[in-house]
Amino acid sequence: MSFYGLVDGSDASLKKYLGNLSGVDQVGADARAAMLATRSIKTTSKRWAIDTAISMVDLTTLEGADTPGKVQALCTKAVRPDPTDSTVPSVGAVCVYNDMVGIARTHLDSIGGQHVGVAAVSTAFPSGRASMPVKIQDTQDAIDAGASEIDMVIDRGAFLSGRYIEVFNEIVAIREICGTKAHLKVIFETGELVTYDNVRKASFLAMAAGADFIKTSTGKVAPAATAPVVLVMLEAVRDFYSMTKVRIGVKPAGGIRNTKDAIKQLVLVNETAGPEWLTPSLFRIGASALLNDLLMQRMKMDDGYYASPQYVTID
Amino acid sequence: MSNRIDVKKTYKLFINGAFPRTESGRTYEIKNAKGIFIANPCLASRKDLKDAVVAARAAQHGWNKATGYNKGQILYRIAEMLEGRRAQFVDEIMSVTGATKAKAEKEVTDSVDRLVWYAGWSDKISSLSGALNPVAGPYYNFTIPESMGVIAAIAPETPSLLGLIDAIAPIIVGGNTVVVLASTKAPLSAMSFAEVIATSDVPAGVINILTGKKDEIAPWMASHMDIDGLDISGLSPKAHGEIKSAGAENLKRIFSFKSADPGRILAYQENKTVWHPIGL
Repeated sequence: MSFYGLVDGSDASLKKYLGNLSGVDQVGADARAAMLATRSIKTTSKRWAIDTAISMVDLTTLEGADTPGKVQALCTKAVRPDPTDSTVPSVGAVCVYNDMVGIARTHLDSIGGQHVGVAAVSTAFPSGRASMPVKIQDTQDAIDAGASEIDMVIDRGAFLSGRYIEVFNEIVAIREICGTKAHLKVIFETGELVTYDNVRKASFLAMAAGADFIKTSTGKVAPAATAPVVLVMLEAVRDFYSMTKVRIGVKPAGGIRNTKDAIKQLVLVNETAGPEWLTPSLFRIGASALLNDLLMQRMKMDDGYYASPQYVTID
Repeated sequence: MSNRIDVKKTYKLFINGAFPRTESGRTYEIKNAKGIFIANPCLASRKDLKDAVVAARAAQHGWNKATGYNKGQILYRIAEMLEGRRAQFVDEIMSVTGATKAKAEKEVTDSVDRLVWYAGWSDKISSLSGALNPVAGPYYNFTIPESMGVIAAIAPETPSLLGLIDAIAPIIVGGNTVVVLASTKAPLSAMSFAEVIATSDVPAGVINILTGKKDEIAPWMASHMDIDGLDISGLSPKAHGEIKSAGAENLKRIFSFKSADPGRILAYQENKTVWHPIGL
């Protein structure tokens, strides 16, 4: 593996590569994110933003209480989010636990949802606390069951202890299993990384190791996808593009619950990474409740009056 | 001349147990009977209404589950808190409306008494309006009133405090949550009343109070799909037709009232009928 010529796979080269990264101006990042959040997106732009956001949703259910029936209902909603309106686009993918991948893929295919991907959370999600063979088997299972996207978690304990090479090697190993069959998203759990410098470091580490996407959070830890964290990650993919001419995707997940939050994310993307990233192949939003709010806002724009949650499905 | 700068109150909205400014950033001036400036309350927008409805909807399940006895206790608590702050309310009513002290005191006294009166209904209304229906089979057949959901209300211009209480209390006694638009010309006592509510064990979101213009907010209340009923007692009769036809689109229950009455509680109740076998 060449790692874009940035590192040679040794501990020393990785430390050098990460050590050369510039630090993040924390106050500046907070201020910039807060400033961009004040942008007001209205009328036709808002309508475009809502449909774009819907197409970027990774519709997620990651509960201990998930059942095949719930996953199937979620898949149906993913293909046709509003059964009464065929102009609503399908979402980007459904995101489920490993054992639900086969059920989701089969159901999507049977209802004409071949274009909707199935993302599986992997490598002992959400904690990442398992041995390497278990993590590899976990990923292999998901791909065998038909997952087209793998959302792996990094070992935050190793990362925070400075054992970057362990994290790097794990990502490389999972990348190899994914091969060309599945996209690899690497989850940092930014709520546990403490500083923006660490978020930037983790971003460059994951991108060099072969991630197709970098993802903020599991959704199980708060704070999750805060605006400044997403800003730092978008700056990282922008800088990585200028170094390698390769575009890596970004997926904020957790805490994005309404249309306003989603549109703020799109503004961040446009103003930081650039409009090339405003596509489901480079930007996804991991969410469950968000989709209903997007649908209700869309109804409001079409009908001229406020919608009720009673007119959208619960799951 | 005093060398102390006045500490003036900022009158904000009351949504989900908090006191946010209107998202629109707008305010309007209110003046007393002599034309002297008094305060700049918020001029609420339809988005404030939307936020308030989301809060009211989220609070409705929990409030509806509270027992009648508990709801009565909380309404009585509001009355207690209002009684403890009567001087402030008397001042506010006098300054805005130019009412005499005796008249303002009477309005506050009536308001406290009205709350106690509605509190009393909380654990009685279902027994009084429910029924055991005779049916031609071996069944008990009960009809019991249940809450409708989220109700919006437009409080009358005057009396500004008593009218507001007559709008809020009957709606929440029945297990509904409420979004109320206060008197436009005299909103001060409404926003001070929000402070009373905030210290009265009323769960966040059960009562939400907006200040602003009726002709701006009322049509959005009528067309909102997630508002189940509407009290338009504070709206001029000329505007009733338009609001009722807008509300008919979504089968909203729309009423207006002239006085305090248990019928105000029952207006926002739906009857549920239960069949139960009698056995041997």
